[in-house]
Amino acid sequence: MTTTASRPASTIFRRPRATEGFWSWITTTDHKKIGIMYGYAAFFFFIIGGLEALLLRLQLAGPNGDFLTAAEYNAMFTTHGVTMVFLFVMPASAAFFNYLLPLMIGARDVAFPRMNALSWWIFIFGGLFLYSVIFFGEVVPPVGIEDAQGVVVSGNIDESDQTLLGGLPDGGWFLYQPNAGPDYSPGAAIDFALIGLQILGVASLISAINFIVTVFNMRAEGMRLLRMPVFVWMTLVVAFLLLFSLPIIAVALFMATFDRAFGTLFFQAVGGGDPVLWQHLFWLFGHPEVYILILPAMGIVSEVLPTNSRKPLFGYAAVVFAGAAIGFLGFGVWAHHMFSSGITPVAQAAFGLATMTIAVPTGIKIFNWMGTMWGGRLKFNTAMLFSIGFVAMFVIGGLSGVTHSIVPSDWQQTDTYYIVGHFHYVLFGGAIFGLFSGIYYWFPKITGRLMNERLGKAHFWVQFIGFNLTFAPMHWLGLQGMVRRTWRYAPEAGLGPWNFAVTIGAFTIALGVAIFWVNWIYSKRKGEPSGLDPWDARTIEWTIPNPTPAYNFATPPVIHSLDDFWHQKYREDEEGRPVRREDADDLVERLDHEGRNPKSKIHLPAPSYFPFIMAMGLPLIGYGIIYHTSIVGKALLVIGPLITIGALIGWGIEPLEEPEDPDLHGDGPGGELVGAGAS
Amino acid sequence: MADTFEIEEGADAPEHDTGDDHHVVHESTGIDNRKLGMWVFLSSEFMFFGAFISNYLLYGNRDFDSVVPRDIYDIPFTSISSFVLLMSSLTMVLAHHALSTGDQNGTKTWLMATALLGSVFLGGQVFEFYEFITVKDMTLTSNPAASAFYMLTGFHGAHVAIGILMLLSLFGITRRQGGLSEKHGMNLELVGLYWHFVDIIWIVIFTIVYLLGAA
Repeated sequence: MTTTASRPASTIFRRPRATEGFWSWITTTDHKKIGIMYGYAAFFFFIIGGLEALLLRLQLAGPNGDFLTAAEYNAMFTTHGVTMVFLFVMPASAAFFNYLLPLMIGARDVAFPRMNALSWWIFIFGGLFLYSVIFFGEVVPPVGIEDAQGVVVSGNIDESDQTLLGGLPDGGWFLYQPNAGPDYSPGAAIDFALIGLQILGVASLISAINFIVTVFNMRAEGMRLLRMPVFVWMTLVVAFLLLFSLPIIAVALFMATFDRAFGTLFFQAVGGGDPVLWQHLFWLFGHPEVYILILPAMGIVSEVLPTNSRKPLFGYAAVVFAGAAIGFLGFGVWAHHMFSSGITPVAQAAFGLATMTIAVPTGIKIFNWMGTMWGGRLKFNTAMLFSIGFVAMFVIGGLSGVTHSIVPSDWQQTDTYYIVGHFHYVLFGGAIFGLFSGIYYWFPKITGRLMNERLGKAHFWVQFIGFNLTFAPMHWLGLQGMVRRTWRYAPEAGLGPWNFAVTIGAFTIALGVAIFWVNWIYSKRKGEPSGLDPWDARTIEWTIPNPTPAYNFATPPVIHSLDDFWHQKYREDEEGRPVRREDADDLVERLDHEGRNPKSKIHLPAPSYFPFIMAMGLPLIGYGIIYHTSIVGKALLVIGPLITIGALIGWGIEPLEEPEDPDLHGDGPGGELVGAGAS
Repeated sequence: MADTFEIEEGADAPEHDTGDDHHVVHESTGIDNRKLGMWVFLSSEFMFFGAFISNYLLYGNRDFDSVVPRDIYDIPFTSISSFVLLMSSLTMVLAHHALSTGDQNGTKTWLMATALLGSVFLGGQVFEFYEFITVKDMTLTSNPAASAFYMLTGFHGAHVAIGILMLLSLFGITRRQGGLSEKHGMNLELVGLYWHFVDIIWIVIFTIVYLLGAA
């Protein structure tokens, strides 16, 4: 059964059946396939965002750079930020959530498999919509800015600025209003960013709901909340952060879109609107977003460190509660992004204090990770190196972050490269190092093969050195007064040498990523077979064969303790040291055999066409709003909703399963999937 | 939850065939996935409307010598349409009750009544917008207060409209299948949760925006 055409399609409401090939990926509801697609898409956007960063660095390599025009530079730092935050780190985390969450809680799929596919398709259509601006965008001079003689000037935009890259959105990733409003950013580029982010938000909201219900309802027998791996906990916290922060940015994006498309006055100071409101709404979302980016990496590190230290995670409950506390406090510190925006001294003091407070749970986590490694028998494989790198780099980024709670100091640092250095230490040195650690660690889970260790270590060291060469000097540049988002600096400013070093560092990072890419391609084809338990792991996703079978667990697992798999393999001697049980190797062999040979046919969620079709309608609505004054736009405003609503009806009517299909249907013990198709 | 800890942190490796796990009910919440999902979604919706309401609170008084909503509210009219919307929550409960007692005809009747009451409310809102725009000369772009008012109440109206579509599709299923099954009983509950949420939010909007905001 490789194609849908192998059976007569009597009705469009028949569920698709392909399990391999193109259509199986379009119609899949399998959390693993969705996770893999998220991963590849995220890496694709990582490359794009990285290339944008390299262009920025070429421009800044020396004083008075003329590699990019000013408009191109603005577009590049904006799209670099948007891409890395929304199109790389978030979907890369979603890839891990999708692939691992059901495996780690002992489930066969998420609570709503079709909704899971829907959120993936909305994400990818949203990302492509955002970048489709390159076909439509053009550099349009701002209107209404007059010089002292009353002559309308258009900044430094002239004919030579009408370039391809210059037409991309250019308001900074936070799209401050009214700079990104109708007067100062005419043209469609900002609209693409606003509506693109709105679509991406819908995708994230759907997956947040899905993951919350999955964690609460789909756990295997005995998998109590405080027996869940820390990664699952962090997934849950991230899902709640998304759930409560996305509606706020949705409101802000609606308001900004209405300002631009329909002439409302929310952020237009000239009409009585309040630009600072945009900052509040944006950062009320934007600061939780920071934790949305970092907590998944913290979850990954909390899995990799114990396994490679051959010790339980030190203070499991403390790490879990610290993660939840970070989530709570993350909603109370947003105004530290706005200390220079003219908020009152009381607000500054309060948000400064809250910002200091958030260092406490973060510090707890750091010490717990160090406690985990302390006295352990450490295995320095690539995954472990990246995790240790994460802890070290995140400490640096965290400490420079705490300096922002000192308000007068923050005034000095605002909009300088000090800030750029700081947040790259937490988001690159933190989030991305953590994600790479997870890729090296769980690669066998996806492919059944190990990644090459020599290439992996080369990747780590090249990237580690390149990373520090890139971002450490930014702190010094910032304290010397180098301003963010400025496309040139003068030779006499004395900023040249360190900027040159930063550019060298950026290309070193690119070399590291290239090594990773080679490693991925090589290891996927020729990597050493991993067997069932390559890392001597602790959690139950390693009790099933590699690569993961479609049904995940041949028999639903029953959990007896935290780190259940470890306790099946090890007991403790009188001094508390782990001793491998005599039958542990037999156990692994038996698990591998049983995992590959389920006793009965296993019923899995059926694929569906409708998530793909439904998601397709949203970008069409987006184009419709942007071009609503033209006839094509008006047509799209009809066609887009019709596609989405039509798909919704099809979604509701299509059968939940195909009972006559012998391949997918079966009864018997271990054959049921709770919640199958109930999306 | 605290007792589960000792097993995990204790010095002894856990015994795999003893312990209290066999007495423990499988720790799902026992709530239907879809129902839990709807609750989770609605918690997000509170933040959505919370942001819009805060926005109105900030902008409600910024008139700049043009007509703002608080000058032109027709409180008696809006009170009646609010009452109609609240009554639709009652009929929703009656529909749910009718289904639980197996009264298919009653279910259909009350579902239809709910959709009708919702439509009356929506019609009232369309009338109100029409009055404000044509007679009172307050448009979406008049001033920030007007922008905030139309966005907030407009998005609420869109939620009511979606709720009416959900009620009608439930009604359609009832007609087509000659009654709602136990499975669709769950669906009715989902629509009910959503409908009550939309009503509750309206109570907040009516109180804060109309009653407290009126000049």
